[in-house]
Amino acid sequence: MPASRFDFPESLARHGLDLSPTSIDTLQVNVGKLCNQACHHCHVDASPIRTEAMDRRTAERCIEVLAGHPGITKLDITGGAPELNTNFDWMVTEARKLGKHVMVRHNLTVQFDGNPRTGESKEHLPEFFAEHRCEVISSLPFYSQYFTDRQRGKGVFDKSIEGIRRLNDVGYGKPDSGLLLNLVYNPAGAFLPASQESLEADFKRELRNRSGLLFNSLYTITNMPIHRFREDLLRHGGYEEYMTKLVNAFNPDAAGGVMCRSLISVDYDGRLSDCDFNQMLDIPLDKAVPRSIFDWDFDAILHRRIVFADHCFGCTAGAGSSCGGTTA
Amino acid sequence: MSNYYESSDLARFADVGTHNKALIDKFFEYYTMATGTDGALTKREKQLIGLAVAHTIQCPYCIDAYSTGCLESGADPAQMTESIHVAAAVRGGASLVHGVQMLNALEKVGV
Repeated sequence: MPASRFDFPESLARHGLDLSPTSIDTLQVNVGKLCNQACHHCHVDASPIRTEAMDRRTAERCIEVLAGHPGITKLDITGGAPELNTNFDWMVTEARKLGKHVMVRHNLTVQFDGNPRTGESKEHLPEFFAEHRCEVISSLPFYSQYFTDRQRGKGVFDKSIEGIRRLNDVGYGKPDSGLLLNLVYNPAGAFLPASQESLEADFKRELRNRSGLLFNSLYTITNMPIHRFREDLLRHGGYEEYMTKLVNAFNPDAAGGVMCRSLISVDYDGRLSDCDFNQMLDIPLDKAVPRSIFDWDFDAILHRRIVFADHCFGCTAGAGSSCGGTTA
Repeated sequence: MSNYYESSDLARFADVGTHNKALIDKFFEYYTMATGTDGALTKREKQLIGLAVAHTIQCPYCIDAYSTGCLESGADPAQMTESIHVAAAVRGGASLVHGVQMLNALEKVGV
């Protein structure tokens, strides 16, 4: 990897931080890049024309690893729109039989758009999620149309609102239902997220008052300077400024809670990475440990050296950023 | 120096303390307390006020800083736009209300 003037390991050393893995409690599985949307900031570069998809053999291997390790309590399924993978329903069902907590990164609009390649309907998803008691985690960049459609495409806001309504109708987000619906905010441009607590209060108030909608928690995440967002920054001459903002906002308290310390990311082909961002940059696990789900070795992987790069400043800026929101 | 204003100079604000660090440190401490924290007003409300003031004093550094500050405190473009209309309305009102002085002057000359 070429040397960078944004030196993440140096920042860790300067603050006396050792970011070694603490556990592997989550297997985050990216089942493919096919999506019904093509969002402006998507770090996966997912879209309706992508064809990469996890096959049954790899999905079965993920389930085998989960079955063999009771300490891996969570399966986090992402994509693309993960529901478009032909093995998605099977994976959810099998993981639930193992007693795993299943999280689905659900974009809301796929309920209405269905599969862009086959036309297959996905209207059954709210009932399917509820039946299997999945935790649903959905991006909604803002509680109003402007920021949402600007980032995720025209008409996405209205469809997302209807998607949340259908999830609410089967119990998601409602007190005491046990069906968790968590929303994800990320900034519409090259700026850091506002306080998670204050935005969550705003989202709850505005979605309830404007549309009568409920959800559980809001996760704020920072835009990662990779792929589409990075290209956008470079196009507008803002890459250096954004990186400098992230570096200057380095927060040692946030660094301690970064998600790579407790999860392993699996790509559609079974390759292993420290996180979904590394996966998208083709940065595998450290070469000293197995790099494929087919060569899984829990102890070796737990004791690996995490591989860092420039974009890691995105997870440590301000209040921190992870697939579960802030980390500080 | 090719231009009086360079956007990169905003990041050099602290350099103003080169010849008197104590005063600039006091100023930044006060500035952060006044504009960057939740109090009787939320941080977001303070940032929206700052954006309005920035347009009134027409400071490009301040407009840049408070536009970002508004976004990073959870404001959206609709709220930001309303804040600068408040600035414009107050500023326009300040001009117009002096029309009373014009009327006084006209009265003084018998018009």
